[in-house]
Formats: sequence, C-alpha cells, structure tokens
Amino acid sequence: MSAAPATRRPELEAADPRKLHAALSSGERPAPPGPLAAAAAFGWRGMLKIKHVPEQLIDVTITPVLFLLMFTYLFGGAVAGSTEEYLQYILPGVLVQSVLFTAVYSGVALNTDVTKGVVDRFRSLPIWRPAPLVGAVLGDSLRYVLAAAIVIVLGLILGYTAAGGVVGVVAAVGLVVVFAFALSWVFTTVGLLMRSPSAVMNTGFMCLFPLVFLSNVFVEPATLPAAVEAFVDVNPISHLVTATRGLMGDGASAGEIGLVLAESAALTAVFAPLTVRLYRGKG
Amino acid sequence: MSDESPGSVPVFRTVPTSTLAIEASGLVKSFGTTRAVDGVDLRVDRGSVYGVLGPNGAGKTTTIRMLATLLRPDAGTARVLGHDVVAQADAVRELVSLTGQLASVDDDLTGRENLILLGRLLGYRTGQARDRADGLLDAFGLQEAAGRLVKTYSGGMRRRLDVAASIVVTPRLMFLDEPTTGLDPRSRNEVWDIVRALVGQGTTVLLCTQYLDEADQLADRIAVVDHGRVIAEGTPAQLKASVGEGALHVRLLDPGRRPDAAVLLGRLLDAEPHLEADPAALSVPVAGAERAADAMAELSRAGLGLASFALAQPSLDEVFLALTGHPAEEEEEVRAA
Repeated sequence: MSAAPATRRPELEAADPRKLHAALSSGERPAPPGPLAAAAAFGWRGMLKIKHVPEQLIDVTITPVLFLLMFTYLFGGAVAGSTEEYLQYILPGVLVQSVLFTAVYSGVALNTDVTKGVVDRFRSLPIWRPAPLVGAVLGDSLRYVLAAAIVIVLGLILGYTAAGGVVGVVAAVGLVVVFAFALSWVFTTVGLLMRSPSAVMNTGFMCLFPLVFLSNVFVEPATLPAAVEAFVDVNPISHLVTATRGLMGDGASAGEIGLVLAESAALTAVFAPLTVRLYRGKG
Repeated sequence: MSDESPGSVPVFRTVPTSTLAIEASGLVKSFGTTRAVDGVDLRVDRGSVYGVLGPNGAGKTTTIRMLATLLRPDAGTARVLGHDVVAQADAVRELVSLTGQLASVDDDLTGRENLILLGRLLGYRTGQARDRADGLLDAFGLQEAAGRLVKTYSGGMRRRLDVAASIVVTPRLMFLDEPTTGLDPRSRNEVWDIVRALVGQGTTVLLCTQYLDEADQLADRIAVVDHGRVIAEGTPAQLKASVGEGALHVRLLDPGRRPDAAVLLGRLLDAEPHLEADPAALSVPVAGAERAADAMAELSRAGLGLASFALAQPSLDEVFLALTGHPAEEEEEVRAA
C-alpha cells in the first residue's frame, strides 16, 4: 500500500488516545443550568448564526429594500404626488415589512434543527424544555433590529425625515420587534408542522405577502374598494403600520399602540403554547 | 464502579441497587399502524458494551429513542441507571448522552462553538465551557478545524465532533446509534478506539449497529432485533456459534465445474452449499478453519482450480437467515417525524 498523500497530516487529524483519556477522566459534573442560563446559551447560538449565515438577514431584507426603491421612484409621484412625500408615507411600512419577513426565519431555523436532528441532542439534555425555543426567539431580536436598521439607514440616505426624532424611531422599532416576536411564534408553529425548511419558507411568505399588501403599507386604505378597505382596516399589520408611522412621525395615540400590544399578546398566547406543545411531541 | 457507594448517597433517597444500567421490559411503540417496537426486553450490565444488532427498520432507533427519553413508550417500562425513563426523564438526561444518527451537531456553527454551546447547556460557565471545548478539540484531533463551520467537515471529522459533543460531560451511559455508518475504515477504527476509551472509564455503552463485525469488535453481549422484537441474545461467541462459525467462499476458474464443487464441498463439510449470483462462486457454511483447509486440499486434489477463496465470518444477513429464515434487508427504519 502506498503511503498517505503528503498533504495529509494524520498525526494532526486523528484522535489522541492519551489526551482522550485525560479528557474523559476529568469527570467533572456541573449542576444543570437554570432556565435563564439555558435560554441565554440558545440566544448566543442565534447570534452566531447571524454571523455565520448572513444570507438569512440579507435575503429577507433585500425584497423590502427593492420595494422601497421601486415604489418610491416608480409609483411615488403617481400615488402621493411626489417621491419625497411618498417616501415619508412608505418608509415605516417597509420597516414593518422587512422585520416581519425576517420573522419567517424563526420557523425555518426551527424546522432545520428538527430535520437535521440537532433538536434531538437538545432534547436529551437536562435543561428547561422550552429553552431552545425561547433562546432562539430572543436571538432573533438582534436580527429584527438589524433588519430595521438597514431600512432606516437607507430611508435617511434617500431623504426620509423622522418628525418623531430618535425617541420616536426607537419606540417604533421597539413596537415592531414586539409584534415580530409574537408573529414568530406563528412561524415556529408552522416550522414544526412542515416537512422541510423550504416548505416553511414558502408557506410563511405565501401567508405574509398578501397580508402585507392588503394593509396600509403602500397605499392609503381610503383609495381602495370598500370590501378591500374593510379587510385592510382589520388587518393587524395595518394597525402596526399605523402605530409605527405615528411614532416615527407626528405621534401615535395610546389606543393605536395598545391595540398592537394586545394583538401581539393574543398571537403569543395562542401560538407560543402551541409551539411548545408541538415541540414536546416531536419524536 | 464506586459512583453508587452507599456512603455518598443520602439515606432517604432510593438508592438504585441494581447492577443493571438498562432494564427494559415489554417496550412497545407504534407509529400509525406500524408497530416499530413490539415488546422489547433488555438487560444491560453497568460498564459493559451492549450491541443491538439488526437491519434498517428493525426498531433499533425507536428503542434507543425511548430509552433516551426522546420518545414515550406506548407500553412497557424502562429504567436507565435506576431511573424510570418516563417519570424521571430529567434524572436520566443528566446521566446519558446520544451520538450517531440520533443527535446531530449544528452545521452552521464552528466545531468549537458547538462544544461551547453544549458545555453551557450542561451547566458550565462560559469560561469553563471554552476550556472544556479546547481540551476536547485537542483530544479529538480537531484543533486545526476548530474555527471552521461544521458543514465543511469530512464525515470522519464530523463523527469525531459528534462523539466529543457527547462527552463534554462524561456520561454514565452513552447511546451510540450506528456510529460508523458511512465512514471509511480508518475513521471507523478511530471511532472504535474512542468507544473503547470510554468504556475503559466505566461508561456503559448501548451500541446500535447493522454490522455484526462492529458488534463483535466492541460488544460484550448482543441482542439481535427484527420486526421490533429481540429474536436472539447472548455473547458474540454464542451468537456466532448458533449460526456457525462462518462460511467458506470459493470462486472457481471454470464456472462449468461449479456443480461438481458444490457436491464435493457439501459432502466434505456436511452442509448445504449456497450458489452465489456469480456463476463461478459458491459458499458453504463451515465450523472451523481446519475443516475449511482440508476441504480446500480436497478440491485441488479433485482438479477443481480456484480463482480465489475466503473464510468469512457470518454476515448479518447470514445471522438473519439462520435466525429468522429471511434476509436482513427491509423497508426503511420508521423514524419518528
């Protein structure tokens, strides 16, 4: 038999029995982590994934950014009289769109973990059972903030002026992130019901796209046919856009903000337990 | 093993006095109308390697998943290291780990990040988790690849990381599900060495495999499973004795003389010759190497020229034929979705 190729260095590739022995005999056994420590570890994992797989952020941000540019410069003049005015109208809406699209990835990521068997490893650990879910959703918050930041920076470059100032913008982003948290439980539920990550992605966007378009993201509902307008008015995404627009612009009422928070709470109350239940039943 | 010495355990706690690491009786699990596991009993001694041998679809993975608390049995009971797998699942989880097809590492993280994450999830503080990760990467020869994403790893490296991930905290019991499937021979030997090192430290290993060879190399006892049931149990030697030592495989220079060779070998070895798909080849069960050698001599004396010959251990297929009368290949394993 010929020797191993020269580029190969077996002595560096193989397990070292002596060190292995030492590693095994350091039979330390720490106490299992508490719920918070476990969730924090999963949050850290979520952040590492943003670093290693930036596509998941870029992919979902590029569509809203294209929409922002296209709608503003193609239709802005026709819809709102001038592109400057339309930018003022559309930017908060695109901010919402961008962050909500990102939320689909929570479901995609969970489905990936299930199909690849990573979840089984987590489920065999002595940790608080919902920790992987809670930690992942927490890690997602960073992604939401990044998605929001991209849209806002682009808007500022294009000439958007936030009458609400820094405080208004931060409050608006905070509200959008809260709603996105709530919505991400819907997608984690979908993530546990679907067979593949791409199915989750398709289903997620198929649901989200019409809901975003049938809202006040792009046009004033008053210009729509009555039936469509009626739907737009009850669409929670419209409520979120209205509150966001207000916070970034000349103020949102407590009622507008309260409605969004109530809807977020309702989504979480239904879909978080559902996700946890499906997750426990896996396997 | 001294870890259960009475002096170190508070008297009011139920001390698992059993010397068994796994004690399962009547385990049943169905998926839809398929009874994946149909009444499995297992008794595994502490500190031993126990092989569960069977083809795909036999119910091996489902059985392990129940023992590892990932699946709830439909019927039957199981105690792992003295703890009930349903009622005391958390206690079981603190003592066991999973490797192989059962549990995976995260492709989108680096090897080092995977180990740090598991360290943190097992209760180490971040600094300790880092030290532990570095120690393991070094021991498993992965220090060069530590900073690379796992999806760039070769199969062997991935499996080593997988095993390293399972011993971040040294488990009392390790479930190994087909740890060497798809590995090249060198990586396979490495995994075997790691398993032996683990056992040397007192860890009990439950090894699921399709390869008799692997069970033979590692296991103290073997259970053969088929259609969700244990159909044979014993030491590797007992098991092999029950199906014969192995078979003599010969390939003739002249395929036309195969019938003559079959008659001669059948008479000499007092066994039924099996005609292979290859028209020049046949195999005959044989009890020992000496009898095989004698038979070979007779063949050449009779002028039956040989292209090649081999004395092989019984394969899983032969074990199955002997035990069940049907070959081993079956439908895909019913994996819980």
